[in-house]
Amino acid sequence: MSYRILDAGDAALTIEFGNIIDPALLAAVNALDAAIQRLQGAGELPGVIETMPTFRSLTVFFDPLATDRDTVLAALQPLIDAAEHGTPVDGRHWRLPVCYEGEAAPDLAEVAATLGICTDEVIALHSGSAYLVYMLGFLPGFPFMGDLPERLRLPRRAQPRVRVPAGSVAIATALTAIYPWESPGGWHLLGRCPIPLFDARRASPSLLAAGDQVRFTPVSSDECRAIEAGLANGEIDPMQWLESTPTPAENAA
Amino acid sequence: MSTQTELEILSPGAFASLQDGGRRGHRRIGVPWAGVLDRRLMRIANALAGRSEDAALIECFDGGLHVTASGGAVKIAVAGDAVVEVEGTEGRRQLAAWRSVTLADGDQLRIRKLEGGRIAMVAVVGLDLPAVMGSASTYVRAGLGGVDGRALAAGTRLALASDADPWGSDHVLTQPPAADSGPIRLVPGPQDDHFSPAALEALVGGEYRVTTEADRMGIRLEGAKLEHVGAAEIVSDATVPGSIQVPGAGQPIVLLADAQTAGGYPKIATVIGADLGRLAALRPGQALRFAAVGAAEGGRIARAVEAETRALIASIRALPPDGIDLMALYTGNLVDGVVHALGAEYRPLY
Repeated sequence: MSYRILDAGDAALTIEFGNIIDPALLAAVNALDAAIQRLQGAGELPGVIETMPTFRSLTVFFDPLATDRDTVLAALQPLIDAAEHGTPVDGRHWRLPVCYEGEAAPDLAEVAATLGICTDEVIALHSGSAYLVYMLGFLPGFPFMGDLPERLRLPRRAQPRVRVPAGSVAIATALTAIYPWESPGGWHLLGRCPIPLFDARRASPSLLAAGDQVRFTPVSSDECRAIEAGLANGEIDPMQWLESTPTPAENAA
Repeated sequence: MSTQTELEILSPGAFASLQDGGRRGHRRIGVPWAGVLDRRLMRIANALAGRSEDAALIECFDGGLHVTASGGAVKIAVAGDAVVEVEGTEGRRQLAAWRSVTLADGDQLRIRKLEGGRIAMVAVVGLDLPAVMGSASTYVRAGLGGVDGRALAAGTRLALASDADPWGSDHVLTQPPAADSGPIRLVPGPQDDHFSPAALEALVGGEYRVTTEADRMGIRLEGAKLEHVGAAEIVSDATVPGSIQVPGAGQPIVLLADAQTAGGYPKIATVIGADLGRLAALRPGQALRFAAVGAAEGGRIARAVEAETRALIASIRALPPDGIDLMALYTGNLVDGVVHALGAEYRPLY
């Protein structure tokens, strides 16, 4: 696997392992990320502030007053070489409820019509696969997940929405996502997930992490409302949708 | 029994929010740094108020911020090219920015207008906010920091620490930073290879104008169209403060403190950190030019600018105890239509 070093200004650089969405690239990204975090935890890599792992690249943020680009790159070089042979890490497995009905699914009929299949088939396809959380970004806790079954793949909407409601479950290209916050957005909205994906009061504010696997379970509008009510009054713990956690040995990259 | 001293927001003006040095370490879960748009202004305001340099303060856009001390005296300091008005029992007086001032209980302070730029920082002695994920910075999209995660609004009351001393001597920045209209420096990349060779030349050779779409997330510019090679789309990767992303229409958008942490538009270049505050302070309609530097040169500029900032902060002096005369001096200047942070008559006490 080859890589490129890209400058992102005077205070960040990006190590790019490729330019496509591919679990093998993600393995290299996550291996490099874990190696950098271990060194940082040991007090090494002075001046490195944080890292941002994405589908295919890792961006390293540093303080140009505390270090410089060449020093950071020299320290990273052996880690990059090792990361190229990184193997995928098994994350946690989730099964999240999704309401694919009525107001919760504003684009379901249009997506079905465009794809030439019925809405039940769209739901069956979307909820019939396990998705890898490639990365979090765009918004706090926003998971980019894939890959969608081939038959569900569509370009983004020609006209992005100014307002996508929080909780919207959406698809575009080979990816699916859940909007944790109301925001503008150009993806097709298939349903609504009642579980809050981000809560700053939690020790880990983001429910999902890169490397996790997610499956969706269709629920009715009534069930969706009941879950929301249960979460709001504290009777339901979001962790109940966690199916399994890798053993610590598996998790050590 | 003592009453709670508060700073009450009577009006936030165009937009005002509580910010500090920013929220680090959470970009991996999609949380931008937020924090002030101009670190130098923050550090000067806090130094004038005797606070730590990246303490939380009020960042406001344009004129109109209007506050009052309630329940006791409040010491505040204003950094930015602002015309400041204080109104109390002794009437209304104007003073220049770049200094601290004590508001007696009931006194009001208003930023009448900004002479240059569009950002001012108002540091408040005793403003101790709880950190949310490591920072008090307001990030409205996810409701983090500040007061209930929201921008400041009329009626917001900021409770101040009971041990805050509002009566210490006032301080002034003797050498306010000179306006710098030089080009905004950028480092080409990370996706400059997604553009035609002419695009980077157009970006650094032409004049761009700030549009009305300019806020804490980013600034849309208009100018020469930047031609992509192939699709105007990449597999999303990380953005940084200063990323210049170019959507299909070919007009650049510079991302700022509250911008999304990842994006799918190619980024032709990145504005260096040292020039980001200056860029964020440009008003809609204002023109700017870019100049390209290498990443290593950007680092050298960062260190040089840091030295300048330290020199500015080191020029802060205590105002004479009979500061009343100085206020009269400022007022006199205003009557003449000229505002100087310091009159020529100003003499440091030592």
